[in-house]
Amino acid sequence: MRASMVLTMFWGIAAFAVGVVIAAQLVWPQLSFDSEYLTFGRLRPLHTSAAIFAFGGTALIGTAFHIVQRTCRARLFGGAPLGWFVLLGYQFFIVFAATGYLLGITQSKEYAEPEWYVDLWLTVVWVAYLIAYLGTILKREEPHIYVANWFYLAFIITIAMLHIVNNLSVPVSFGGTKSYGAWSGVQDAMIQWWYGHNAVGFFLTAAFLGMMYYFIPKAANRPVYSYRLSIVHFWSLVFLYIWAGPHHLHYTSLPDWAQTLGMVFSVMLWMPSWGGMINGLMTLSGAWDKLRTDPGLRFSVTAVGFYGMSTFEGPVMSIKAVNSLSHYTDWTIGHVHSGALGWVAFIVFGTMYYLVPVLWKRPGMWSTRLIGWHYWIATLGIVLYITAMWVSGVMQGLMWRAYDELGFLQYSFVETVAAMQPFYFIRMLGGILFLSGGLIMTYNMWRTVRGEREALTVGTTRPALAA
Amino acid sequence: MPTKIEKDSITGRETTGHEWDGVKELNTPLPTWWVYTFYACIVFAVVYSVLYPSWPWLSGHTMGVLGHTNRGELTQALDTQGQERAKFVNRIRSASFAQIRQDPELYNFAVAGGRSAFQTNCMQCHGAGGAGSTGFPNLVDDDWLWGGSIEQIQQTILFGVRNANEKSRQGLMPRFGVDGLLTPQEVSAVTDYVLSLSGKAKATAEGAKVFKEQCAACHQADGKGNIEMGAPNLTDGLWLYGGSRDAIYRSIFYARNGSMPAWGERLDEATIKMLTLYVHALGGGK
Repeated sequence: MRASMVLTMFWGIAAFAVGVVIAAQLVWPQLSFDSEYLTFGRLRPLHTSAAIFAFGGTALIGTAFHIVQRTCRARLFGGAPLGWFVLLGYQFFIVFAATGYLLGITQSKEYAEPEWYVDLWLTVVWVAYLIAYLGTILKREEPHIYVANWFYLAFIITIAMLHIVNNLSVPVSFGGTKSYGAWSGVQDAMIQWWYGHNAVGFFLTAAFLGMMYYFIPKAANRPVYSYRLSIVHFWSLVFLYIWAGPHHLHYTSLPDWAQTLGMVFSVMLWMPSWGGMINGLMTLSGAWDKLRTDPGLRFSVTAVGFYGMSTFEGPVMSIKAVNSLSHYTDWTIGHVHSGALGWVAFIVFGTMYYLVPVLWKRPGMWSTRLIGWHYWIATLGIVLYITAMWVSGVMQGLMWRAYDELGFLQYSFVETVAAMQPFYFIRMLGGILFLSGGLIMTYNMWRTVRGEREALTVGTTRPALAA
Repeated sequence: MPTKIEKDSITGRETTGHEWDGVKELNTPLPTWWVYTFYACIVFAVVYSVLYPSWPWLSGHTMGVLGHTNRGELTQALDTQGQERAKFVNRIRSASFAQIRQDPELYNFAVAGGRSAFQTNCMQCHGAGGAGSTGFPNLVDDDWLWGGSIEQIQQTILFGVRNANEKSRQGLMPRFGVDGLLTPQEVSAVTDYVLSLSGKAKATAEGAKVFKEQCAACHQADGKGNIEMGAPNLTDGLWLYGGSRDAIYRSIFYARNGSMPAWGERLDEATIKMLTLYVHALGGGK
């Protein structure tokens, strides 16, 4: 679906741009210009939703339909009308949600900010998505279901469950936007983070692993490393992930026993997560030389590297002793961005550099050289971003707990904020680089779609794609 | 499609014999290190969940053999810290301000503790260095609304200003304009008079008359204020709500009655004493 590629690119640029704006606001708070529509509190969910749901979600819907039809040798269940309904309906969801944020309409639940009317609409779209996807699998011509489809299906089913349960609420009136959630107190917190953590697990991990399982073997033209590993890591991942949410609530009023279980399930999640990394990287054995000539594949492989790093960092941060330092600090922000920029965005970029020429029936991207530029600029941006947040986060955590020699707290809160400002500036620079890379990609995509091909320089030719 | 197992020439592994859109899979066994690391994580999880509170049942959960709780950990940490500080804190509680100030070690501790408490509780209004801002008094200068002696500062911190505590410092300035006590012309005239006290404007006879009748009771005939009522000194050119003509006009027309919590309701006796000494030491204490 070409439209999904264009929309993904559009939302990607929007998400990166808003991210740069709010990063700048953290350096210079006056950049909200005293307008309630431009406060950090309203732009931040705009940024996170644009990145996760608009950019990531649109890419997932497009690639899911692409992959399921090819690996099942069957046309999409419900045909083009259902496919378009899902894609465009999902775009309406994004627009409803985003306008709500700017107008101050929110449930105040992180990553589940949209109010009841948006949630209901998304439920309709999501069920249609499930029907189209599952219907296609059921009428497949292949005897077996390909591993990518397991991951996509786990994603679609689990997100439906999480979305519905976390958003149960009673509207105040049918004419108004306000509602009250069905849950309260610590139960509400637990359900919110059961949702929030598994949005990471099934949206940002499982679904993009599905993407990886199709596009890396395709682009590398190699068989998947281990079928057995894919089975074991898939089932252990989906089984363990769903219990790990309480690690977001360490040292809160959540009962101790739930915190312990959240932590140990997170630690057990390490190897199941790495199973995907092993299968992604080892699929390249025999094709490593392609990284030199195919910067699109380089994006995908680097994505798997960042995935491995984030899924190691995650279990480490879930350990209570580590969490007592890292929680509520910028370390968490660095962690999610090594996942969001390094893994999610990079695997999408790698996929798009493969898929755009296929969908538009071009021999390759307009410029391989520009893909290389995009790769290095974006990688440098990520490195700046996450190292700045590591330093800032650890420093923040240490300053909060620092005592002077007489046993009194050393720093006031505002002193810890002031100390972070230089790192916020570096983070903003990282964001600007990442956005610049996205703009280069957009330009390259535009020229590709127009059917042009840059004069090739020797040594950077991309091998002919097996479409 | 029939299963067709092939041998991969590069790795020497066999495929599973399935193919989807050209993608095949190798039948590579699980990496040994992966399996054993996974087992190790599971063993860690089991051991940890035996040691700490974990598995729930209908009416409770396992307590863990270490008997650890978050609440207990916090209480223990607070106790440890309390014991470390007890030596000094107990002496601060029992000693007079004069005794504390004569003992350099104890005084040093008190000011450090006061600074820490100030940073947590006071700086949100009075600023990180105690310099205040519009509407929030500067604690670094020697202009004190309610008095700058140690005892007066302690009284203000303990009971606060214009709050519900019965010992709170009170003293309300009337809303001269809003409540019709003065006409706008009279407010304007007395504004000029107030400005004239610090040489910023020319007083009129009308202004002087209004001041004498309405303001002098609290601010005194010479405008130097009265700390018993919290009535500010109007002659020193220091302004809590701004010294422009407009700001002073508004202060008279609408009145300004800022409040401060009674910290004695929230902080312990020794902390209040330490805060008092810290604020007194900021520069303007008398």
